[in-house]
Amino acid sequence: MTSITPNTSPPSPPLANQPGPIAWMRKNLFSDWFNSLLTVVVVLVLGYTVVGLLTWGFTVAQWQVIPNNLGLFMSGLYPRDLYWRVWTLLGFVCALGGLSWGVLGRNVSTLFSRSVLIGIGVLCAFIVLFPLTRPASLKLLPLLALVVGMAWVGRAIAKKLPNLGVWLSAIWLISLFPLYPLIFNPIPYISLVPGSILGGVGYLFFGAGRPASPVNDWGGLLLTLLVAVSGILLCFPLGLLLALGRRSQLPAVKWLSTAYIELVRGVPLIAILFMGQVMIPLFLPDGMRPERIARAVIGLTLFSAAYLAENVRAGLQAIPRGQSEAAASLGVNMPLTMFFIVLPQALKIAIPAIVGQFISLFQDTTLLSIVGLAELLGISRSILANPTYLGRYAEVYLFIGAIYWFFCYAMSLASRKIEQKLNTTH
Amino acid sequence: MTSERSSSSNGFNPAALLRDERFWKIAFQVIVVAVVVGILSFLVGNLSGNLARQGISFGFSFLSNSAGFSIGESVVTYNPQDAYAKALFIGLLNTLVLVVAGIVLATLVGTAAGVASFSTNWLVYKISRAYVGLVRNIPLLLQLFFWYFAIYGGLPNPSNQIGISGLVYLNNRGVSILWPESTLRLWIGLAALLIGAIAAVLVWRRRTHVMVEQGEPGKTQLYILWAILAAMLLVFIGLGWEFPEAVDGGGSTGGRRLSREYVASLSALVFYTGAFIAEIVRAGIQSVSKGQWEAARSVGFTNNLVMRLVVFPQSMRVIIPPLNSEFMNLAKNSSLAFAVAYPEMYAVANTTYNQTGRPIEVFIILMATYLVINLIISLGMNQLNQAVQFKER
Repeated sequence: MTSITPNTSPPSPPLANQPGPIAWMRKNLFSDWFNSLLTVVVVLVLGYTVVGLLTWGFTVAQWQVIPNNLGLFMSGLYPRDLYWRVWTLLGFVCALGGLSWGVLGRNVSTLFSRSVLIGIGVLCAFIVLFPLTRPASLKLLPLLALVVGMAWVGRAIAKKLPNLGVWLSAIWLISLFPLYPLIFNPIPYISLVPGSILGGVGYLFFGAGRPASPVNDWGGLLLTLLVAVSGILLCFPLGLLLALGRRSQLPAVKWLSTAYIELVRGVPLIAILFMGQVMIPLFLPDGMRPERIARAVIGLTLFSAAYLAENVRAGLQAIPRGQSEAAASLGVNMPLTMFFIVLPQALKIAIPAIVGQFISLFQDTTLLSIVGLAELLGISRSILANPTYLGRYAEVYLFIGAIYWFFCYAMSLASRKIEQKLNTTH
Repeated sequence: MTSERSSSSNGFNPAALLRDERFWKIAFQVIVVAVVVGILSFLVGNLSGNLARQGISFGFSFLSNSAGFSIGESVVTYNPQDAYAKALFIGLLNTLVLVVAGIVLATLVGTAAGVASFSTNWLVYKISRAYVGLVRNIPLLLQLFFWYFAIYGGLPNPSNQIGISGLVYLNNRGVSILWPESTLRLWIGLAALLIGAIAAVLVWRRRTHVMVEQGEPGKTQLYILWAILAAMLLVFIGLGWEFPEAVDGGGSTGGRRLSREYVASLSALVFYTGAFIAEIVRAGIQSVSKGQWEAARSVGFTNNLVMRLVVFPQSMRVIIPPLNSEFMNLAKNSSLAFAVAYPEMYAVANTTYNQTGRPIEVFIILMATYLVINLIISLGMNQLNQAVQFKER
């Protein structure tokens, strides 16, 4: 880039015809009598509502219930002396997140652009100025630094190894395995040993070597996220298989998949979850009783897989036959055609629908509160049952609503970004 | 194929078989069926073993036993001595009351929000987008609790209830609205309304016919139409509405009392599903090509007419199939009303299970019920879908 020719710089956008605020209002708010009336009515209603909400928020509402129970909201009754595990997990996730950010942003000219720096600054100021629980919330600062540091490191590495981006998802997936036992395995010394993967899974599902720490006390946002991530990871392959099965030309496979998908899609999730708690032990050999959390994850997975299968099937149907015919004419066999030619294209088309399904799976974790698990909504209900916080419904539900909104919105934003990145049409 | 290598194997060549696609197709299916049958028989074997150990035998005869639990609200009379089957039927009716009202209201809210996202009014557009972006990203159950505990629970108690010009009374037990009295007059009135509606449709068709075929302005038919509509309005007003009346010391009598459980469930379902329907309507309208707008405008239609006569009918083709699955979602989500103790199908089934200890039978009943509800919705929507499809020869 030593010589810059005029051609390489993007053409500057045409000068926007910037109307003044009055002209803008005239065009967008008061274009005719109907619009003017509409604007006036809406402004009145909106103003009334906003003023009412602000008055309530600053005078009536008692927000003390949030900081007093922050630990419960975040990790439920998870043993206090083991909180370091949760922080380690968060550190892990922050480091990986920063790394991914750096790797994905390797081609951006400035990683820490002005808006990002402002965002970080505002976040720091917020953490320092509004400490929810001071000692804990100050721990967020090093985590933030970790994200930024790892982003810088990731960018530096990615510039040397441009292929790292491809392996990013694999790194995330592999790192999950040590993270699981970190949370689920209550015996500290094996938690960081890779060999405890099987131990963690076996413990979770079959209650092998059940220790003193009660599994079902874990809760809060931690449980919500763990259940959601497990559900997403498990239902994706199952949904993929079901979609392929339903599209298969083999009648037996096709009918079995179709029957499963349609039966599951006909039943409400709460019925599957609740009956799953009761029926899964009935269908297993005597004495085998998976943990309650595991039963919930199984129910959620079996349910979501059927919906996911339909999303993937829509993607598969959108791929023209010519693709597989072209592959066949080159002598590529059926499984290879499927996995290297049809599926990548189909999944690309299906991304918005698949992420939408993941979002609703995340939202569906709230139903676990009905079957007695203390995930974010469940722990909120038990906090609200505490006589000290009687009647603080609006405060608590608004708070956890904001948390759910944040995660769902982040997922849909990510989906849009991926969609843009993979969009190869001209 | 086999003859080339018949020397190495006596007429039958396993290698050739392994290369044969037909063999693999059959073999794969056999393996899949065998695995599925194996797993199923393992599970069912465990099940029958476990049930035998608990001393339960499979069967639906318990349905005729007396239920023995009361149900908070029901459309038809029910008392605790009635059979489980009757109790489940009451639950089904409560579900249907919720689902039908939910579908109608959610469609209205969703269509309004979807059309509002094309508004030229910046404020209306922003509000529509904010509503969709907010509601879709918050779990339904949380919204349900918010409506039930924070909003309807936050209303004043019956002695300080809010009355809106004598038409509606709101308190933290529920809502009373005006409702027609169930008398002969109501039924005659409803019949008259039905006849009026049919007549209006016929006149409308006639008007279109004379306008298209004979090139007449269709003024006469328009006047007849207005007259019919005015008569219908009069009949509607005269249906014999019963106004709720506040009672000293709290509460109200008359009209129709809707429990707080019902109103909260309905609100949550309507606003949650409405946000999804808004997105469907928006996508449907967007799918109509720009040329249609431009062509209609160039022959002199106003914006309003373009939307009503040209764009909206075409967008129905794209809207109806996803709308169908959204309605089915609403029907399934109505089971969440159980969480705020509205006695719908799932709640009654759950109580039945708790009392009889028969998870399998109850689950089969639940599954069948919701499948049938969804099937009915699907059939209705398919009829509608056929009506709006392209009329091709």
